[in-house]
Amino acid sequence: MGAERAGDRAERGTRAGGRSPGAREFEIIIGLEVHAELTTRTKMFCGCPTTFGASPNTQTCPVCLGMPGTLPVINRRAIEYGVRTALAFNCRINTACRFARKHYYYPDMPKNFQISQYEEPLAEDGWLEIDVDGATRRIGIQRLHMEEDVGKLVHDGTLETAQSSRVDFNRAGVPLMETVSKPELRSPEEAAAYLKAFRSVLVYLGVCDGNMEEGSLRCDANISLRRPGAELGTKVEIKNLNSFRNVQRALEFEVKRQAQALEAGETIVQETRLFDADKGYTRSMRSKEYAHDYRYFPEPDLVPLKLEGAFVDDIRRALPELARQQQQRFVSQYGLPAYDAGVLTQSRALAEYFETATKALGGASPSAAHAKSVANWMMSELLRVVAGDDDRAIAESPIPPAHLAGLIALIDDGTISGKIAKDVFEKMRHSREDARTIVQREGLTQVADTGALAAIVDQVIAANPKAIADFKAGKTAAAKSLVGQVMKATQGKANPAIANKLIEEKLARL
Amino acid sequence: MADLTRLTAHELTEAYGSGAATPSSVTEAYLGRINALDGKVRAYLTVTPDLARQAAAASDARYRAGKPLGPLDGVPISYKDVLSTRGVATTCGSRILATWVPPFDATVVTRLAAAGVVPLGKSNMDEFAMGSSTEHSAFQLTANPWDLSRVPGGSSGGPAAAVAGDLAAISLGTDTGGSIRQPGAFCGIVGLKPTYGRVSRYGLVAFASSLDQIGPFAKDVRDAALVLGAIAGVDPADATSVDVPVPDYTAGFAQGVKGLRVGILEYDRAGMDPDVERAVSDAIDVLKGLGATTRAVTLPTADYGLAAYYIIAPAEASSNLARYDGVKYGLRAPGKDLIEMESRTRAAGFGAEVKRRIMLGTYALSAGYYDAYYGKAQKVRTLIRRDFEAAFENVDVIVGPTTPGVAFKHGEKEDPLAMYLNDIFTVPANLSGNPGISVPCGFSTTGLPIGLHLVGRAFDEATILRVAHAYEQATTWRTRRPELS
Repeated sequence: MGAERAGDRAERGTRAGGRSPGAREFEIIIGLEVHAELTTRTKMFCGCPTTFGASPNTQTCPVCLGMPGTLPVINRRAIEYGVRTALAFNCRINTACRFARKHYYYPDMPKNFQISQYEEPLAEDGWLEIDVDGATRRIGIQRLHMEEDVGKLVHDGTLETAQSSRVDFNRAGVPLMETVSKPELRSPEEAAAYLKAFRSVLVYLGVCDGNMEEGSLRCDANISLRRPGAELGTKVEIKNLNSFRNVQRALEFEVKRQAQALEAGETIVQETRLFDADKGYTRSMRSKEYAHDYRYFPEPDLVPLKLEGAFVDDIRRALPELARQQQQRFVSQYGLPAYDAGVLTQSRALAEYFETATKALGGASPSAAHAKSVANWMMSELLRVVAGDDDRAIAESPIPPAHLAGLIALIDDGTISGKIAKDVFEKMRHSREDARTIVQREGLTQVADTGALAAIVDQVIAANPKAIADFKAGKTAAAKSLVGQVMKATQGKANPAIANKLIEEKLARL
Repeated sequence: MADLTRLTAHELTEAYGSGAATPSSVTEAYLGRINALDGKVRAYLTVTPDLARQAAAASDARYRAGKPLGPLDGVPISYKDVLSTRGVATTCGSRILATWVPPFDATVVTRLAAAGVVPLGKSNMDEFAMGSSTEHSAFQLTANPWDLSRVPGGSSGGPAAAVAGDLAAISLGTDTGGSIRQPGAFCGIVGLKPTYGRVSRYGLVAFASSLDQIGPFAKDVRDAALVLGAIAGVDPADATSVDVPVPDYTAGFAQGVKGLRVGILEYDRAGMDPDVERAVSDAIDVLKGLGATTRAVTLPTADYGLAAYYIIAPAEASSNLARYDGVKYGLRAPGKDLIEMESRTRAAGFGAEVKRRIMLGTYALSAGYYDAYYGKAQKVRTLIRRDFEAAFENVDVIVGPTTPGVAFKHGEKEDPLAMYLNDIFTVPANLSGNPGISVPCGFSTTGLPIGLHLVGRAFDEATILRVAHAYEQATTWRTRRPELS
């Protein structure tokens, strides 16, 4: 729900002791709640921009500041994004859903209630597939609902010592989508895999930038342990899980802590715990007795939302291919290894890059060889230059797909060698020119002219009597060093196959 | 044109058109009268002479150019202090908002400004519109112009007293459980609560969001129709406003009521002032004489209306008023930490009635009680709506008393429940959303005004205005006016 407070009534938890307890005796039950900030241009209930990082309180208006007399108006685009996501998660869209007020006092929440959804969420009952250890599991999604984000407190000092705090309401009212999984995750690894798959779907759909550091994607986990066949154990909620790694680390810690407690005959207390990423443990933040009574009731300022068939159908028709489908298609259509297909579908932009480059190289029906060379160049060179999950960086790549295809084409037709190609790639990256322009200007074309090469071969043979002697003594490797000399003499431009052939011919005649 | 402040809005604009008066001369007359007499009535919390004179001067120019904006151009108005006015304090009658100056205008204020009205100022009210006497204002007691020892009704007592006392030509109030119609009845003027969704609530500081509705006070029915015409209509800033075409509400006046089916509300006579009963009964005879047919109407579940109302309204209020915490605007009472600051701010900033309702509402929404209280009250609400729908299959308008009695003395009703009973006839229309109007229908033996309550079909304000107009024109009640000096 995006506004639980770290540090309130915090009490130190104990670190799990040295001995790793027998967690294997227990079945682990995990459910994740993920909050995603949507990339709509404007806020959930007003027209303010959602840009991250603006000066405090510059992106606000009477509505998102909760001024007396203001009223919310639903952002249609946010609902569209919610429906798009719900469809991608195979959820049932509730044709009539409504908003509700969730009450608690906190100074970063302008109205002291959050407009959220309660009994009638946008969508329910879907699933998401994850891969763990080569096996695919389908994880149920209980519900998906829309709400508004809260502002941010800036403490003058630490929370405990601050004499004053300031409030920045820029984030207040930014559309948030909360998705609650069913308690079907069975290990911390699965939880991390779920979050990764979840993020991939959202980023592919273009509804969230997936940036966990900036808080665009936030995760809370519910975890309990039980002995196989026993009733569900008491669950603990863990907050503040702001990276894939932290989700796994916090849950691993919690598995140990709970297993240890259960083995020692203790009971697990229902509570909210906070993960301290620096120290690597969870600590109690609030026990059940302090749980809020949110006093939900239907938001009277908004009428129930009627999600008509046509609205949903239009969104369904426009759903893009998702990463998993794309990965499978890359294997079947282009003959790529599954690993390559996985790397290339880490973002929609990267996958698009691959397809554009492959088609530029091999036409409408490129061969597996074409696809594989593009994949190789992308994985070994392009991904050194741009981050594979950064859509914008890929879109603005100094080497657009057509240029990469052009470079590979020059290798394939023998104009340049693979070795020269790597240099050309570096030059392309800096000058943003295409490969042919660079190769021509800098005279990097391979010397494939037998006459020209023959003269150089003669010079190399004349200059390397020792190599000739070695060769005659039966050391065939000496031929290779001569080819290397030819390459060196031509600054790499000699066509290695032709140079090799000429050397072999000359040596044979000696 | 001796008594400019006695004229109705349509009489004023007629005088402007003919050159018999100017908006500025009328505005000066009103400002002078407020200056002279509002010390007794105490209708106003803020008077805005500069804004009024500016608007009047602009209106003068439009009339000189022969291009007035419409039937309200140059008409002096008072706004209940719960309606947001850019740059002008909007206190809601509460200490917690004593210094609150909104940076925006309510939609109704914007629309009326576009119609050329002259804003005289902001008028008194029960704190956050909670009350039926305006005695819950944190700032001052407002007197009923008919008897200064009596209340003007509430919660819109200020705007009602302003129009009744000729301290404004028209005014806007808000009605959550009867807060326009009851003070309209107590002050002997017309008070109209439109259908829920008819008028944008944007800029109306919320008391109970699902019940609040803005409407006019006026010296006659025609004025009320003209003001409604100017403020009605869908607003993109209010998702609960409804896109139903806005008719010319005066267009049907010529038709009269011949052939209209008037439902006579059957109600419990216990606790009724016999003068009110008599006046309502006489009014029904007048309507019959005008050619309306009548039949008895019952609203079986309306008896539970008040109980449901006092769950729903406090529940929504407890939520709406949560934002007043001293963090962002309004009163801040210092404390050693955040929680103490917020607690002290709310303790010092809210009056007893507001605190009572916040506690009621908080309780009603609590886990474990929600279904028994809020959930049940919403079901009652649905049943009342169905009662109205069933009744309106056979009648075009339902007639009854606006209030059980006439204006009471200041301090007379200290028991909250006795105060709440004032709303018994008006609350059902808030719960169902139907429009209602109170039109003067006589006087008590003690000389205090009595109101006739007409309820219509949803979005059919035209019919209740038409019936009210026919009745008003057939009687002479409107010619009797309180004497203030």
